[in-house]
Amino acid sequence: MKNAGTLVVTTPSDREIVMTRVFDAPRDLVFDAHTKPQLLKRWLTGPDGWTMDVCDVDLRVGGTYRFVWRHAAGGSEMGMGGVYREIVRPECIVQTERFDQAWYPGEGLGTLVLREQDGRTTLTSTMLYESKETRDMVLKSGMEGGVSASYDRLATVLESQISGATKGAA
Amino acid sequence: MANNVNAAQRLDATFAALADPTRRAILARLSLGEASVSELARPFAISQPAISKHLKVLEEAGLISRGREAQKRPCRLVGKPLADISEWLEAYRRHWEGNFQRLDALLDELKAQEPQAGAERPEGGSL
Repeated sequence: MKNAGTLVVTTPSDREIVMTRVFDAPRDLVFDAHTKPQLLKRWLTGPDGWTMDVCDVDLRVGGTYRFVWRHAAGGSEMGMGGVYREIVRPECIVQTERFDQAWYPGEGLGTLVLREQDGRTTLTSTMLYESKETRDMVLKSGMEGGVSASYDRLATVLESQISGATKGAA
Repeated sequence: MANNVNAAQRLDATFAALADPTRRAILARLSLGEASVSELARPFAISQPAISKHLKVLEEAGLISRGREAQKRPCRLVGKPLADISEWLEAYRRHWEGNFQRLDALLDELKAQEPQAGAERPEGGSL
């Protein structure tokens, strides 16, 4: 049971995006994967061809974090960061987020909640934006620049690797 | 390019129309089948003209269409803009699902490193 769950994305209000996903792991590990730079760099890489080059985390209330991604071929760069507002290990993180390029106005507020049951973790990530327009801009970004096509490819590769690994083990 | 702009404007109109709880309730009712203005107004504690205003917003966003008969002008749901929104959400979802599938693989590795949690799990499966 490698692929623990399907991601569900909803928009319960005009200014929010909520993601819910189950992981087949205890929440300590999911929490670590969200807060330790050497782990974050392994999965929060974005689309094909991008790497997370900078990952600075000062995990305390009032501490900051900063992420910078780079595209290997094009050399383009995308950076974002924010401040930790609330940290309850291993169940909750509240943090602000702002992108360098200001492709959306103002700040977003992210709330990550991890609930564990029978060794599995349900992650709920709520992003709250300053306005509906901002929220929509963020949602729309998924559609831009053929990005979705490359994610499709990525998902296919991962799925085949995952099913290959599962079958190979049997 | 122009198509993208139009598509973006259309999505803006759709989201704006969906931002109101009364309008969402109207759409929910229409998902069961077409209805007249008075039928739509019945469950709400607001006047028929107010309902008509909401219907106008929904119609301009392309979410509903209205019949030609002068008296009744029944309203019905139009599926396309709603399909656009779910496409949007789907693209966003795929973006994050890519990240989370990598996280799945990483968590498996971490579990395997933890003596207790990894005990029931056969070794292997790392990407």
